[in-house]
Amino acid sequence: MYKKRFDNRKFDELRPISAKTGIIKRADGSAMFKIGDTIALAAVYGPRELYPKFLQSPEKGILRCNYNMISFSGSGERVRPGPTRRSREISLVMEKALMPVLDLSDYPNAVIDVFVELLQTDSGTRCAGITAAAMALADAGIPMKDLVSSVSVGLVGNTIVVDLNKEEEDYEEGSGSVDIPIAMTPRTNEITLLQLDGKISKDKLFEALQLGKKACYEIYKVQQKALKEDYSLGVKNE
Amino acid sequence: MGDLLVKDKEVVVPGQELAFSMDYLPTGGAFRENDKIISSQLGLVSINGRLIKVIPLKGKYIPKKNDIVIGKIVNMSFSNWFVDIGCPNEAVLSFVNTSEYIDKGADLAQYYSFGDLIAAKINKVTRGTIDLTMKEPGLKKLVSGKIINVTSSKVPRIIGKQGSMITMIKEMLNCRMMVGQNGRVWIQGMPEDELLASKAIKMIEENAHMEGLTDKVKGFIENEKKKLGVKNV
Repeated sequence: MYKKRFDNRKFDELRPISAKTGIIKRADGSAMFKIGDTIALAAVYGPRELYPKFLQSPEKGILRCNYNMISFSGSGERVRPGPTRRSREISLVMEKALMPVLDLSDYPNAVIDVFVELLQTDSGTRCAGITAAAMALADAGIPMKDLVSSVSVGLVGNTIVVDLNKEEEDYEEGSGSVDIPIAMTPRTNEITLLQLDGKISKDKLFEALQLGKKACYEIYKVQQKALKEDYSLGVKNE
Repeated sequence: MGDLLVKDKEVVVPGQELAFSMDYLPTGGAFRENDKIISSQLGLVSINGRLIKVIPLKGKYIPKKNDIVIGKIVNMSFSNWFVDIGCPNEAVLSFVNTSEYIDKGADLAQYYSFGDLIAAKINKVTRGTIDLTMKEPGLKKLVSGKIINVTSSKVPRIIGKQGSMITMIKEMLNCRMMVGQNGRVWIQGMPEDELLASKAIKMIEENAHMEGLTDKVKGFIENEKKKLGVKNV
């Protein structure tokens, strides 16, 4: 039984969070999201014309995500330079997680490129990536129905916890560890990403999702604050 | 009136609820969901009677009919020029729509060539194709001077109420200026005036959300002019 977390957090407590927008000058929109030891940078370019031309959609613009762990960002199997099967899959999953909130009908034949780079990787990288990407998209002035907040919940030795760190993810005693990354739209409470790695009962899953919902809302508050911060500062100086 | 959840000129994020009532109407940058009005953009709320809109703080230019824009020739065909006006799709300028008469079969490069800057009006916008025209007074090729880029949502502040801001800058600095709705500003004048004008415009862009901007810019230009005057003596 997992009674006390490795980093002394409460079971429903998130790792320390910080967020900032507008960090990449040349991008149309950008954001940094840091949760514990995981740091994600997101840069948005576009809407711009899409090439090759056969990928264009005359009906509405498309979203293209690129997830990458920078080669110095950590150690182990996952971190390798260049594109991998894993990064390709996570890029696609991120696209699907962000698409429901975007309205791209104003940008026919265009593409919005989102580049997510992980500077430091502990765990919950895809969640940090989605959270940062949502902020960067808003920062780029793209019409959105809602933001997207993302966190992972899970089961460590049969105890439900929020925001697993790498140590917990690799926990092997008892029934081991279950990792469930989720992404939600905080206003409408819709789930846009739900993955599951491990074994979990139905009741436990619902319980975990409830906790995840609360955690997402906390992250949403941080996102909101970071987005507003840039502009309210100017008003204060006046 | 129903419940308003935000103040005028507050910064809002996408998905934030603005009002909880059927009495208000959403316009640009906001939409209705059941009886709520929700922001769809990062921007400043503007409440005008019953109308609620969100003025975006950033974002690419979206072409609208009858907008004056400043564009750059990027491609040519037998009868058309293709113009980059700062939005994802290229705009098309047909040779029949130019300010001067062009014979059929003439070499278009003699009139406007790659990299030339033109002021034009948007004639028509249909799904991804933008049609330009230059048959209007003041629309021409921009030969000398300089171009600066600003965020397109801040163009109204640069122009000011009934053109107050731009007229003031023009008169104070003795420059010829043209502001494209796509966020490109053309300035022509003496080199030091051009520099000062571009500084003033950058200042407006950075402080677009503040009030009493015209006086501030006026003060800024007077101050800078004084400094220049001292140097010349």
